[in-house]
Amino acid sequence: MAYFTQQLINAITLGAIYGLIAIGYTMVYGIIGMINFAHGEVFMIGAFISLIGFMICSLLGIGSAPVAIVLVLLIAMAFTSVYGWAIERTAYRPLRGSFRLAPLISAIGVSIALQNYVQLVQGARPKPGGQIVSGGFNLFSLDGFDVRVSWLQIIIVVVTIVLMAGFAWLIARTSLGRRQRACEQDIKMAALLGVDVDRTISLTFVLGAALAAVAGMLFLMYYGVIDFFIGFLAGIKAFTAAVLGGIGSLPGAMLGGLLIGLIEVFWAGYFSSEYKDVAAFSILVLVLIFRPTGLLGKPEIEKV
Amino acid sequence: MAAPLIEVEHLTMRFGGLVAVDDVSFIGRPREITAIIGPNGAGKTTVFNCITGFYRPTVGRLLLHGDRDYLLERMLGHEIGQRARVARTFQNIRLFPAMSVLENLLIAQHNKLMRASGYSIFGLLGLAGYKTAENAAVELASHWLKRIGLLADADRPAGELPYGAQRRLEIARAMCTEPRLLCLDEPAAGLNPRESAELNQLLVSIRDQDGVGVLLIEHDMSVVMNISNHVVVLDYGRKIAEGPPADIQRDPAVIRAYLGTDDSDSSPHQGQRSLNEGDGRA
Amino acid sequence: MAPRAIAMLKDAALTALVTAALGIFIVGFRTIDVGSRTGLSFDYELTDLAVAVIVVFLGRLGLSLAAAGLRWPVIALGVVMVAAGVSPMKLPSGFLHWFVALGGALLVLRGIWPWADRAVAVASHTSGGRLVQEIGAKWLGWALLAVAVVLPFTPLADQKTMDLGVLILTYVMLGWGLNIVVGLAGLLDLGYVAFYAVGAYAYALLSTQHGLGFWAVLPLAGMLAATFGILLGFPVLRLRGDYLAIVTLGFGEIIRLVILNWVDFTNGPAGIGSIPGPTLFGAVFAETAPAGRQTVAEMLGIPFNSNHRLIFLYYVILVLALITNLFTQRMRRLPVGRAWEALREDETACKALGINPTNTKLTAFAVGAMFAGFAGSFFAAKQRFISPESFTFIESAIILAIVVLGGMGSQVGVVLAAVLLIGLPEWFRELGNYRMLAFGLAMVLIMVFRPRGLIGHREPSIRLHPVASAGSG
Repeated sequence: MAYFTQQLINAITLGAIYGLIAIGYTMVYGIIGMINFAHGEVFMIGAFISLIGFMICSLLGIGSAPVAIVLVLLIAMAFTSVYGWAIERTAYRPLRGSFRLAPLISAIGVSIALQNYVQLVQGARPKPGGQIVSGGFNLFSLDGFDVRVSWLQIIIVVVTIVLMAGFAWLIARTSLGRRQRACEQDIKMAALLGVDVDRTISLTFVLGAALAAVAGMLFLMYYGVIDFFIGFLAGIKAFTAAVLGGIGSLPGAMLGGLLIGLIEVFWAGYFSSEYKDVAAFSILVLVLIFRPTGLLGKPEIEKV
Repeated sequence: MAAPLIEVEHLTMRFGGLVAVDDVSFIGRPREITAIIGPNGAGKTTVFNCITGFYRPTVGRLLLHGDRDYLLERMLGHEIGQRARVARTFQNIRLFPAMSVLENLLIAQHNKLMRASGYSIFGLLGLAGYKTAENAAVELASHWLKRIGLLADADRPAGELPYGAQRRLEIARAMCTEPRLLCLDEPAAGLNPRESAELNQLLVSIRDQDGVGVLLIEHDMSVVMNISNHVVVLDYGRKIAEGPPADIQRDPAVIRAYLGTDDSDSSPHQGQRSLNEGDGRA
Repeated sequence: MAPRAIAMLKDAALTALVTAALGIFIVGFRTIDVGSRTGLSFDYELTDLAVAVIVVFLGRLGLSLAAAGLRWPVIALGVVMVAAGVSPMKLPSGFLHWFVALGGALLVLRGIWPWADRAVAVASHTSGGRLVQEIGAKWLGWALLAVAVVLPFTPLADQKTMDLGVLILTYVMLGWGLNIVVGLAGLLDLGYVAFYAVGAYAYALLSTQHGLGFWAVLPLAGMLAATFGILLGFPVLRLRGDYLAIVTLGFGEIIRLVILNWVDFTNGPAGIGSIPGPTLFGAVFAETAPAGRQTVAEMLGIPFNSNHRLIFLYYVILVLALITNLFTQRMRRLPVGRAWEALREDETACKALGINPTNTKLTAFAVGAMFAGFAGSFFAAKQRFISPESFTFIESAIILAIVVLGGMGSQVGVVLAAVLLIGLPEWFRELGNYRMLAFGLAMVLIMVFRPRGLIGHREPSIRLHPVASAGSG
């Protein structure tokens, strides 16, 4: 029971990170119907910017962890957003109206290019991020097994919840959110009604990238080490989360993230850690085959 | 009167809460053109999609009499074309645009050619049997290209053809499947009067020479009234009238629901909706 | 003119600013390992960043000028940048020189583009031009084949060239195989390398554990890979295009992870070694033959030369690749091949014509997988050592890049793309590190500017009228 609770806490932490990335996939899919294959790489770039941000903070002598975290969070969100914007502008926007698979192929190209760009300029070796937040407390002990919650885990979950709430408010209550939802329903009609579609799509990518940057920072803090390749697996798992939750659905993305976190942690904890990625991939394949609309997604009616 | 070719019985199609087709029954006969008319959103294309297997009807029976009886509502999409031999065209033309006109017509003969090529094995070996079958297929394609006046364009990509020619090619492609029943979804849409008249001739020849039963969705009343033998009128998913074209023009229910055409000489009524105009009901 | 110039400068400045924002952290601060407990420190690379920003500024300005029709200033700007790139100016890295020069070269190209474009457009719209295009594509294929056949007998054929030749041909074969799936049937398969792995492990295991020879295993490996293709394909081929792509990626990774972790069967990450090479009528390529065998040198009565093995491998892969090509060309002219292309064009229309989409896709998937299986067996026999590292997603992406760059569906295009993407980086070793970066960028650029690939012309699989009248339309 204690072991189970411990795993549950770990799973929720991991699931929060996946959920944040998954939102980027789900929003982009919702609005332009493409799988932004490069989103995992945007997350990776966010992690790198965070790493460098933390190093600059310590260079500048900012000793207080909360100040450093907030500062780096803002920096990472801002500068990773530029990546999201630039990718959409250069690699996807010119392809609207091209053949069906063109955006996906282009996205794969972006993904490969970004990975190798970071590898070239930052090197291939894993980068230790140091420990920014340490410590925690014992939740309870049972049969000599301590169930621990680290401060870091609390930070991760709190940051995620705050961001999600803010994000839900943005989509539900602001004019940006309305425009976004209008484009999701019918992009042509939205354009006819005076919604600036290009701007709305750009903003969708910017928002997705900003959330991925947060995920990147949390990932860096949680695992303490990153490399240029982390975007691939994390991206696939987050995409799986988005599909599992129902692609196009924001609560679905969060739910999917949590489920993927649970599956991964419990699989590794109870079965075998070697096959934990196989489990994630298998879930992806099974969901797409048997329930492509996911748990909370709406079915699509084929238009003939 | 000939025995029925297709019997549509109590066809109902629901999408969630929306009833697109509501308990519609009618009969289509061989060597006859049965027109299905009605305002936009009346459920005409949905009826076609049920008959050709793109949708599975919520309720109803779709019986096609061929070499044996086929229950279309139980068959998979492609089997309806392959076994029951029901062919169709689409409202928004669906050719294979990058492939040549001739290739479009050969793909329509796919199942026949697959058997002849021994599921590719004889074909790979280059056996004579397959060559003969392919020549016959090209022959059939040429026959149809002559009938639609596109023989000279046989090797051009289909997507390069002018709009009217693409419409005709789509009909020829459907005919190359050697169907029993041909379903045409607004074949005259976007055609000029001359092309429209040519289309009439083509459809009449398909009915009379090839002996195929035709189901026709059309908004162009000059086409409907001139060539159809039987008209079924749908409104809000329900059948509101049925009969020969001359009767339909005088039917009060039809006139009430919608009428007024530029081409027919029935007197216009107040508040009626034009046939060519969308009324936003979907 | 003035407000326009200001607008151009503003636009270029904005682009430069975005570049600066993109680069400031990732390029400007290079993290380096220092070995202490915190582990990292910085190298400031602000010169790199500055050069990048300047190049982007000038490049964007040049593009705006070109769009405004001012060709000569663009060409001049490009020439200046190329000169700066090749000048002995002191820059922190050789890459920056390349970067500046490449930017300049692209501007020069952009400057002369309108002329080239018009010439091509004029040529391709005359009947003669079309004929030249069509015959050109045909002759290019034959010329490439002739070069490939005689290459081992030319003085160029040192070990390095032959190695490279074998490598390029392997990718040509894989590209042709994947072209069936992606180019003809329009199914984006991101897990193609899985079938390559199946073929490689089939040969590696059957030869090292059961003593089977290369020629006996080759058909088995192909069939095994095709079976895998059918098993994996069956449940997923009804999915929409982009979902299918992701599922194939998932399957590819699952197969790799299983190979990696099923140590008892595959020897896991350590891989399988001492795989025997292919034999020629039972004779082996070695200085001394094992008991009961003879060497090829003995059989042919020629002196032993270690190059013979390489030349033999070269011809084996050449023949395998040509078989792939012939098979594909033949299939394209058969009903099933036409149905593949029709499915790529419009699946709904196919269904309405009575074509079974699942079966048709399945044949494409299985045939593509079969050729990957053949290529995998060859790879294992050539390398004599395989491990899961050779079968990562990146490998699938490289093969896909070759197909995409070549022009989906074009056989000659695949060859050109393989030479370009595999050959060039090997010849210019110092560029090797930038290879994957260039792959990624090339995929994006092709999609944006030339989605039909380097060779985009499609020849109908059958003609009613002879070619001479092709220009009449």
